Amino acid sequence: MNQRNMLAAAFLTIVGVFLIFSMLLMHPFGEPTSQAMDQYIIDNTVEETGANNGVTSVVFDYRGFDTLGEATVLFTAVASVVMIFRRLKK
Amino acid sequence: MKGMSTIVKTIANISFPLITIYGLYVIAHGHLTPGGGFQGGAIVATGLVMLIVAHGSDWMEEHIKEHDLSIFESLGALGFIGLAFLGILMGGVFFSNFLVDTTMLFGGIPVDGAANINTGGTLPLMNFAVGLKVIAGLFAIVLVMALATSKKEEHL
Amino acid sequence: MIANLPYLAVAGLIIIGLYTILFKKNLIKIIIGITILESGVNLFLITLGYRMGSIAPIFTGNPSDAVMAYPVPQALTLTSIVIGVAVLALMLSLVIHLYRHHGSLHLSKLGGDDQ
Repeated sequence: MNQRNMLAAAFLTIVGVFLIFSMLLMHPFGEPTSQAMDQYIIDNTVEETGANNGVTSVVFDYRGFDTLGEATVLFTAVASVVMIFRRLKK
Repeated sequence: MKGMSTIVKTIANISFPLITIYGLYVIAHGHLTPGGGFQGGAIVATGLVMLIVAHGSDWMEEHIKEHDLSIFESLGALGFIGLAFLGILMGGVFFSNFLVDTTMLFGGIPVDGAANINTGGTLPLMNFAVGLKVIAGLFAIVLVMALATSKKEEHL
Repeated sequence: MIANLPYLAVAGLIIIGLYTILFKKNLIKIIIGITILESGVNLFLITLGYRMGSIAPIFTGNPSDAVMAYPVPQALTLTSIVIGVAVLALMLSLVIHLYRHHGSLHLSKLGGDDQ
């Protein structure tokens, strides 16, 4: 085992121990801590947006700006992939 | 890449319209049932990729150029941004839902849990725009990769 | 500890992904490790919004006073999945370019220095 492998094993051990410790100390599964924002969204979705789907109203109405950023990322990825495979037309 | 046998091509031709109708149903009913623009767009793009696998990328290159796909994707992105800016003109804030609770196209509020497609405001229109963008984008990625790995290119 | 089982599954997925990125020498295996790492992070996002005995946040055909799960973490996970697909497409196209230029996918034949 050369030096690079020993460093990688030490890094993996530290991150693994840190992850397992912090997952054991989290709040129990099924009892979230803060409830005000989501309870407001569940109570007022049907009157304010007129949609029966809570997730769609969050994605496109309450948090539409994040969807705009995501559409930009998808557009950039498609443009980059097409550009990588383009040949110079002689 | 070459295509597959005649049986595979026939079954792919039969199931492609069914997959497209199912994907468009998931896009159109995004405000009533689980689904929406991104999920339905992935379903239709999967059907198109099945056509590439069955018929071969050489046959596909004769029928669809990548230049046409970029027009569809730009239409989807411009429709999404246009609806957001139209919210400033008619509602006052960016992305405002200016069609809900009016008598225009999708105005209406669902009553007591019953599903009515004439509800939702600008949400179904945004679903269509994003669905068109995802269909064109994912299909263009797979088509360009399939074309690039099949031709016999000389060394770069 | 049984009550925290989804969080331990997230830790397991992240550790498996990190091990594959650090110790494997084939380019495709490193890309698979990045995808496993990203699946673990998406799982962590959606387990944060669950309440015991709740149903999906859909109002069609459900009683309007049922206990519902939170919709905001599900919306953010949707964005994260789409961004993961975009990054995966870019990585795979760069691997195709590298393979055509060097003729091999093993890390020892691609770099310039030896270790």
